[in-house]
Amino acid sequence: MSEATQALYLAVKLVTSMDAGLVEIVLLSLKVSLLAVAVACAIGLPLGALLAISRFRGRRLLISVNNALMGLPPVVVGLAVYLMLSRSGPFGVFGLLYTPTAMIIAQTLLVLPIVAALSRQTIEDLNAEYDEYLRSLDMGLIGRLKTLLWDGRASLATAAIAGLGRAIAEVGAVIIVGGNIDHVTRVMTTAIALETSKGDLALALALGLVLVTIALALNAAVEILRAGAERKLHAGA
Amino acid sequence: MLAPETTALASFQNVSYASAGDRLLSDVEFTISGRGITTIMGPNGAGKSTLLRLLAGLLSPTSGAITWHRPAGASRIESAFVFQRPVILRRTVSANIRHAISPLRLPDTQASNRVHAALLVCSLEHLRDAPARRLSGGEQQRLAMARALARQPDVLLLDEPTASLDPAATNAIEKIALACADKGTKVILVTHDAGQARRLSNDVIFLNAGRAVEHSPATSFFNEPDSQSARDYLAGRITITDT
Amino acid sequence: MKILISLLCALTLAATGAVAQDRFIILQSTTSTANSGLLDHLAPKFRDKTGIEIRVVAVGTGQALKNARNGDGDVLLVHAKQREEKFVADGFGTKRYDVMYNDFIIVGPDNDPADIAGHYEINVALKKIAAAKAPFASRGDESGTHIKELSLWKQAGVDAAADSGSWYRETGSGMGATLNIATGMNAYTLTDRATWVAFANKSSFRIMVQGDKRLFNQYGIILVNQEKHPHVKAAEGQAFIDWLISPEGQMAISAYRRDDQQMFFPNAN
Repeated sequence: MSEATQALYLAVKLVTSMDAGLVEIVLLSLKVSLLAVAVACAIGLPLGALLAISRFRGRRLLISVNNALMGLPPVVVGLAVYLMLSRSGPFGVFGLLYTPTAMIIAQTLLVLPIVAALSRQTIEDLNAEYDEYLRSLDMGLIGRLKTLLWDGRASLATAAIAGLGRAIAEVGAVIIVGGNIDHVTRVMTTAIALETSKGDLALALALGLVLVTIALALNAAVEILRAGAERKLHAGA
Repeated sequence: MLAPETTALASFQNVSYASAGDRLLSDVEFTISGRGITTIMGPNGAGKSTLLRLLAGLLSPTSGAITWHRPAGASRIESAFVFQRPVILRRTVSANIRHAISPLRLPDTQASNRVHAALLVCSLEHLRDAPARRLSGGEQQRLAMARALARQPDVLLLDEPTASLDPAATNAIEKIALACADKGTKVILVTHDAGQARRLSNDVIFLNAGRAVEHSPATSFFNEPDSQSARDYLAGRITITDT
Repeated sequence: MKILISLLCALTLAATGAVAQDRFIILQSTTSTANSGLLDHLAPKFRDKTGIEIRVVAVGTGQALKNARNGDGDVLLVHAKQREEKFVADGFGTKRYDVMYNDFIIVGPDNDPADIAGHYEINVALKKIAAAKAPFASRGDESGTHIKELSLWKQAGVDAAADSGSWYRETGSGMGATLNIATGMNAYTLTDRATWVAFANKSSFRIMVQGDKRLFNQYGIILVNQEKHPHVKAAEGQAFIDWLISPEGQMAISAYRRDDQQMFFPNAN
């Protein structure tokens, strides 16, 4: 049986038997990444919007830096967060290293530039279209931000999904700040790394298949929610 | 609303406007009264839309002064603007109207009342919960009017509101504009449709190549315009002027 | 919107609250020790006896030592005696204890291009590999294994590092990754026996050289010094060390089998 077939067989077996170890890992992956994306969006969407509509010296530079940060290697972010949270580091006293919280922090930092950059682009385009109308209404800054963020919600949702994809797929950051501790900080990607290092390639591949399936399911769920919301708008809630 | 005794509403004194090196308006001078419908007419590129935006405060004059004559006791003169192609927000019709009055920070019931009233005046009651972006062109422009009316403005500024609409939709918009003028709202309308101008105007400001060439009562303007360029325009001739 | 916020709060509590109030220590150890399965075998026994959970952070030896130096661990269990002794001498550890030993082996492809199979003397085998310019995968990451490997080349009188990039390939990776690379490129490599036995991707490889006393691999355990890092769980950490070097702990170590082979040999006395 080739490794690939073995992997497929293992993946099906793991999922249908609801293997307890697998469920634990999957739930933690989802908790960490979903929370990271939520926090990144709460900060990044308005920040990107603000950047889109403001005019100040150094704005272009800030946009370039933001765009560049999208390509931050996860392992570098992990290292930076480790140095911050280490007992010998500035925030060591909180004892956050090797906990899911540290992983959430690291992933939030990874996702934030993506969400902010995509938000900025979306809102900038929208603002060009809406600017004269909003000025004619004497709309203040906060009102303008709220208008643009809500009207741009479809594209912003896509930005959030892009962020989620980045978070759930990375291993470099969470493995350094989480430590891949069994039952505590082991997530799908770190489990895959571990099984690979043990040479158990079929199991690693099986976990990979499960991860991809979950990512697909998540995207499908978001799409269904979005379509449902549109329909609600139609029927007159 | 403005007191009936007020005759002068807004005065342009030597107003010029230039943008990116182009002189769009030069030394424009006139006074608009506080009642009825004033139409701004002229060939394309004459500066009509620029003039309207200066009145709305969306643009500031490069030189000269715009004076608004506030009646005693009034805090400020509120204007509302309707664009040729309205920006329709991604939400329901009533939510669009609600959004338009949100900067006024009205208490909930008062806001709801205004939304309801605007829907009625513009015959949009049956579409209140429809996604506004799915409306037809004519319906969307009625929505734009409803948004403006919900602001209860002293002055209603309309920038070629029916340029892209069919006759039925055009008729609906004109009826709303007339109703507003009857209730005492000042209406200033930019149009290139001479027929519309004839139907609606109390007085006409005629622009040509960035200059206010004439300001006359409607009847005398359409019967016997003072300026050559106006005569050419109404007769369907093209005037080419050296600016 | 309100539903979204309450969902967010619930998730936050769930994610962070998982790190509950159980007693635990953080053990900084190496990938070879962890991948062998020994710690998974020992931890439940220790927890049943004391109620203390062992959270294992398995990284390269260099990283484990650095983490412990930073105070990001309570106990250190590695196999690099000289560096462990320096760790204690520098004041970061209280005392170093011998715990157990096993051995290193050379594994290689079935066709054995350097013809070293069955050789007992490691020096001879290494010289033959260099002479044949047969591919050799090195950890290259300053781990215990890597340091051992470097000393073996030195003893054999071969300057392997000079040929880095041709037949001598430094992976800069953990033992598992290096084994994957070795089997992938048909290269010889030095590995600890425990990792090899547990390794699931052996391909056509087998043990080429074993038994030379120079291949001896000693493990040591150290409690991180509470005087340097006040938050260290000294009591629980010492409890683990005491248990591991006690007859009970030592028996648990020797009882660990993989493929019916004993992986580690206790020598705490």
